[in-house]
Amino acid sequence: MKVILNSKQIDEILTDLTGRIISEIPPGVDIVVIGIRSRGEVLAQRMSSRLSKKSGKDVPCGTLDITLYRDDLNSPQGDTQPQVRTTEIGFDIDDKIIILVDDVLHTGRSARAAMDALIDLGRPKAIKLAVLVERAGREFPIQADYTGYEADAAPEQLVQVFLTESDDKEEVVIE
Amino acid sequence: MAIKIKNKHFKWSHKHLLGLRELSAEEITYILDTARGFEQISTRSVKKAPPLRGKVVVNLFFEDSTRTRTSFALAANRLSADVIEFTKKDSSVSKGETLLDTARNLEAMGIDIVVIRHGAGGAAKLLSKNINACVVNAGDGFCEHPTQGLLDVYTIRKIKGTLEGLKIAIVGDIAHSRVARSDMWAMTKLGAEVIFVGPPTLIPAQVKKLPVSVSYSLDEVIEKVDVINMLRIQFERLGGNPFPSIREYSHYFGLTVERMKRAKPDILVMHPGPINRGLEMESEVADGQHSVILEQVTNGLAVRMAVLFLVNQASAQEAAKT
Repeated sequence: MKVILNSKQIDEILTDLTGRIISEIPPGVDIVVIGIRSRGEVLAQRMSSRLSKKSGKDVPCGTLDITLYRDDLNSPQGDTQPQVRTTEIGFDIDDKIIILVDDVLHTGRSARAAMDALIDLGRPKAIKLAVLVERAGREFPIQADYTGYEADAAPEQLVQVFLTESDDKEEVVIE
Repeated sequence: MAIKIKNKHFKWSHKHLLGLRELSAEEITYILDTARGFEQISTRSVKKAPPLRGKVVVNLFFEDSTRTRTSFALAANRLSADVIEFTKKDSSVSKGETLLDTARNLEAMGIDIVVIRHGAGGAAKLLSKNINACVVNAGDGFCEHPTQGLLDVYTIRKIKGTLEGLKIAIVGDIAHSRVARSDMWAMTKLGAEVIFVGPPTLIPAQVKKLPVSVSYSLDEVIEKVDVINMLRIQFERLGGNPFPSIREYSHYFGLTVERMKRAKPDILVMHPGPINRGLEMESEVADGQHSVILEQVTNGLAVRMAVLFLVNQASAQEAAKT
């Protein structure tokens, strides 16, 4: 197991990501942040409060559960069972720019599921994908708009993100 | 704010839902937790999600039902399954075909989930042993009506937070009620105390073996309970004369405005429907501030979506292994 990011580096990356988002999104357009359960939810909360502070206006935050939109429900991979949890998006997404947040971009399947789930909730102006870590291994034609860190992981390796709010420690590891 | 990732390793393993008696408290809680995730599908603009896309659900109802049948059909539709309605009146059952023959013929057409209601206790279990499709019991004889039990505890938990330590009265025709039985299993497993209330003629003989207490007087229990579930008098099932007159039954066991004055201020009033207004309860109570009867119906949809989703998951997992 190798630690590739510590808590200080994660913090710097989030500052950098939110800075880039603010500078690239034209003023006057409403942005909202939506995190994919579970780690994306934590990152989305942190990003929304930073974006609110930097932009001086409220950037709402929501949580998306993508279980019902997964493509492996009828052909389970491995022995784990997906658990349905709640989607909590307390605002209208029509005509908003959605910053969709996940911890790791790997195959692209989660992002695909998330996009399908989002368009069942409304018609956003745009969806931008922001990830803390990106690694090789895409199976779908999907790429991130905002990447925090590019991890050099072999196909058999696992990139895991741990965050204080959900895991009681803060680091990113390759194992 | 801490975000708990709870019971991460729990795995739902039942491809049939036959009753609540055989489920553990953990399994029941897992269904309720899963149902929370399905509630919002019904509130958004696109009231559909894709997890049962390409699956076929058969509603096989040998007894009349409006609420349960519609609720299962809508639940299946919202999960993108195709639904076939199969009722006794307009099928070969009226020509004398047996339950198993009917089910096997349906299965030969490639169905995935059978939702069955039948007048004979154990019908769902019999079916589950003889076909490969998932079987969901929507009521069998006087035995169980598991999804009603689940939606009742879901409704209580949503409002009260927990079932732990609550006193719950189930009032009326207990002897002929599968709802009372499923409720009893779910409620007691989740930590509530259940009291069956009714005239001795409508309390089942074997009640001593059940994890409940019994009272023959609604007036005695009305002040003590946190939840009161009023069962429907099922005229179609009653043989003989279990009570002298409807008026007398209503006098002793009806939930009236007068009786409600003595109840706890935060009591929940439930009814599995359809209500005989003026018999089990007065209209003012059925439509009053304590009534959660319509919430029960709404929650029933989320619970049934969760059940259909989970049995299909267990089935998919079983198929992946072989």
